[in-house]
Amino acid sequence: MNIHIPSTLTPLFPGLTRHIDVDACTVGEALERLDERYPGLRDRLCEPGKLRPHIHVYVDKERAELETPLRENARLDVIAAISGG
Amino acid sequence: MSQVVVLVGTRKGLFILQSEDRRSWRTRGPFCESWPVYHAIYDDSSGTIYVAAGSEWHGAAVWRSSDLGETWDWSGEGLKYAEGEFPVTKVSSLTAAHGRVLAGVSAPGIFESTDGGVTWSHLSSLEGQPAQEKFKDPKNSPPGNLGLIATLPHPDDDQRFFANVQGYGVWETEDGGSSWTPRNQGFRADWPLEDPAWGYCVHKLLRSPADADRLFTMTHVGAYVSSDGGNSYTEITEGLPSDFGFAAAVHPHDRDTAYMIPLDPQHGRYMHDGQVAVWTTKDAGSSWQKLTKGLPGDGAYLGVLREGMSMDSLDEPGVYFGTSTGQLFGSADSGGSWSEIATYLPGITSVEAVVVD
Repeated sequence: MNIHIPSTLTPLFPGLTRHIDVDACTVGEALERLDERYPGLRDRLCEPGKLRPHIHVYVDKERAELETPLRENARLDVIAAISGG
Repeated sequence: MSQVVVLVGTRKGLFILQSEDRRSWRTRGPFCESWPVYHAIYDDSSGTIYVAAGSEWHGAAVWRSSDLGETWDWSGEGLKYAEGEFPVTKVSSLTAAHGRVLAGVSAPGIFESTDGGVTWSHLSSLEGQPAQEKFKDPKNSPPGNLGLIATLPHPDDDQRFFANVQGYGVWETEDGGSSWTPRNQGFRADWPLEDPAWGYCVHKLLRSPADADRLFTMTHVGAYVSSDGGNSYTEITEGLPSDFGFAAAVHPHDRDTAYMIPLDPQHGRYMHDGQVAVWTTKDAGSSWQKLTKGLPGDGAYLGVLREGMSMDSLDEPGVYFGTSTGQLFGSADSGGSWSEIATYLPGITSVEAVVVD
């Protein structure tokens, strides 16, 4: 599956690109895989146990949570949602 | 050759201003990926800049630079509570002393780093204090949700320091954070108190570098001075245009000299009468002088936040303050005359002036 990362995240992790392929069964697992490659990344997207309030995740264009399952070749968009000027 | 470095935290990142003569300034930034900055400090012992930040998207982190901003790193490792507890949304305050860095966060608590800001661990949230049962919930926090707005180390005792909780008051530990004692004796409150020991709104708490027992505070209702290390306070508001303000600074060499910026206490929260003014006392608050030479008046409705003023440590010390609308003012003669150093920065949240060799 392919993850699309917000542009606000890439400056924080050297080598991180906007699009990454990982193998995972749920959104939470996908973020775990990302965290293994870029330690600390999961905490930038999640509070303990849940997504951060202004981080929105979509699986194949449908709003998703950490528990949302992923089919093979799914597209996962991580969005830094608008939160003020 | 020594230079004065002014760290200016803003709502859109950190800026660094440098000068060798305090007349001509070089400005660099924004740093920290333009994250909202709540406080920035310089650790003289390690030569490291630490920046307290909180991104609405990506949470709390402390940025750091050991080469005056040429290169940066950041860390949020360990800056969180366990699952089910209230989340840490921002780092509000920093101090560096005795080989460690203390970070005050929302929801109110203190984290420490003993490896130069690479990793953090929870030190204390003032557990056991009756007030903590109330202030730990962010819904009981005043606007801004800053939480633990300041720690204040003792210069000679690494186990002893103050913690200031937004809207609740000041506590002191003498055992490295294991136990705490309220230190609010003498403060006023214009609201009902559940317990006279706490419930005070101490905007800014300062210790004189010249005398560890001399403290000044600017609060929601009054300016105060302490001569006994913060065990008790005497109000020194008389002579100021109001009893409300955020920013204050203490003289690096004279225990009795302090600077404060009183504000309109109502919704305005700008300086009085459209005149930008700093007020100074040279006798520990017995009298006050208004300093305005070179500062804008006649329609200048500017405000300064709690970390918005600082002094350098030169023999004739400089005074600096930044406004919530992005102007930075400085004085190279202890406030006798002022000039505008920067005009169009983002809203300024913190100012820290240091002398770097």
